[in-house]
Amino acid sequence: MHEIRWHGRGGQGSVTSSKILAEAAFRSGWCGATAAPSFGAERRGAPVTASTRIARERIRVLSQVTAPDVVVVLDDSLLSVANAEVGMKPGGTMIVNTTRPASALGLFGDFRLVASDVTGAAEAAGVIVGGQPIVSAAIVGAFAKATGLVSLESVKAAIGEAFSGSAAAKNVEAARIAYECTSCDGAAT
Amino acid sequence: MPEHKTLAATGNTVVAEAMRQCKPDVMAAYPITPQTTIVEEYAAMVAKGRVHTEYVTVESEHSAMSACIGASAAGARVMTATSSQGLALMWEELHIAAGMRLPIVMANANRALSAPINIHCDHSDIMGARDAGWVTYFAETAQEAYDNTIMACRVAEHPDVMLPVMTTLDGFITTHSIDRVSVMDDESVSGFVGQYVPKTALLDLENPVMHGAFSGLGGPYFEFKKQQRIAMENARKVVKDVAEEYAKLSGRPFDVVETWGMEDAETAIVVMGSTAGNTRHVARDLRAKGERMGLVKIRVWRPFPHVELAAALKGLKAVAVLDRAESFGAEGGPLFLETRSALYDAAERIPVVDYIYGLGGSDVKLELIERAYKDLSDIAAGGAAPAGPVYLGAREEA
Repeated sequence: MHEIRWHGRGGQGSVTSSKILAEAAFRSGWCGATAAPSFGAERRGAPVTASTRIARERIRVLSQVTAPDVVVVLDDSLLSVANAEVGMKPGGTMIVNTTRPASALGLFGDFRLVASDVTGAAEAAGVIVGGQPIVSAAIVGAFAKATGLVSLESVKAAIGEAFSGSAAAKNVEAARIAYECTSCDGAAT
Repeated sequence: MPEHKTLAATGNTVVAEAMRQCKPDVMAAYPITPQTTIVEEYAAMVAKGRVHTEYVTVESEHSAMSACIGASAAGARVMTATSSQGLALMWEELHIAAGMRLPIVMANANRALSAPINIHCDHSDIMGARDAGWVTYFAETAQEAYDNTIMACRVAEHPDVMLPVMTTLDGFITTHSIDRVSVMDDESVSGFVGQYVPKTALLDLENPVMHGAFSGLGGPYFEFKKQQRIAMENARKVVKDVAEEYAKLSGRPFDVVETWGMEDAETAIVVMGSTAGNTRHVARDLRAKGERMGLVKIRVWRPFPHVELAAALKGLKAVAVLDRAESFGAEGGPLFLETRSALYDAAERIPVVDYIYGLGGSDVKLELIERAYKDLSDIAAGGAAPAGPVYLGAREEA
């Protein structure tokens, strides 16, 4: 079983991200996939977490992910407040949406660190709501590349389920750009 | 045979979907905090014309249930959803719905009651409504919540029952998590639930009746209550019959008491709702190591399946009950009291330990379940049972 923890801010779309990933996982042939929000009193802008689990068999564990294989950070301003690396399994992967190089993030531990400009991908694809780029779909493209757990095709299809019309097309494009600009190697920290 | 479609969806979404497929005539709801997205998503479906339900927006949860009662007495198929403080505010009306024998179906997202202020998962709200006279289902998963909603419609409207039914699912854990759920096509579901033909509708002007009349001293109040008891007893068979018929359609068998690993178990945990998932996960790991322990999950809380539970626990060396609600001053939580009562007639006395857990959404970590199983092993090996109720995972300083 692969356990994923998302770090985002209220209103940023981490719940949407976890839902797109669960749908993409089903489409990539994983039999079990669950996504759970942080169960918090979600205020806009407050740090929130969400959990996703992916497995070959049906998943019945419903507690929050505390020992993640993969951590996804929706924006790097969270790194100073969220302790994103806490509990990570040794040899895990952390994906951070940032314009900075991985080496400049000040993160150290037994995990692979993947830095990706997902906000840039959302902007390039025109995924702008209320003047802000929205990374909820694009980040799943970065996740697909960095982990190889789901295919880009399945991510695109899942985004098509989550959005409709031009929003779907733009978000699919954002995920594609994020996929392209994300390294599947990552720097070992 | 029905067409089955698999969705990645939340418990709330699939309950709203099941309700749409049951085609209620009326839904009344109020957006108290906490409400559920069940009624929110349902409102969107009404607005988009996906279902033709009279959607009544009211000014409180008390009014929501009142409107449901009025509509149901008028002869409509009525559904709604609530949670936590909202269910508490409905309390008075819950008894009236049952006493008037109105087959209302309501989903409840099981959540805590204040104070301290908390909107997270536990069973305090539903246990507060325990004696209101509603048939009550518990769901472990979104799939069960979907299935229970459809079955509830048939049970409520069955002539031998005619009682309101609550289908509960755990707040946030089942309501908000995304899981894989198989749903059926609309025709199969509407064919299964059928048309509701009320026998005593207020709007049937050819056959005028009175509902909920005064019944003071010397009136038939006492006998009405006896009839409610009989109806609830009748529900035992109806719940099973409907489930059997539904299983033919869905391919998903249903037992009021579901067991796992009990063939050769020496000890077992009794649990309701989403925590059965974590418990099964732990039990599977322990059985793989050769431990003989099982899981007993209660799927119908009212009428309580005491005979089936006693049969499932027969001959065990120790039993743990996980209670996600308190009954302050009682010997334990509500599920403990039922379980021990169900075991009273057992030939051999079985030690039963009560664990209060997960109140106010306190995370149910796997190690907490492991601790309860460990206690059971110790008791089975001749150790003393811990004095209950044990507050599983509560911080020590409290």
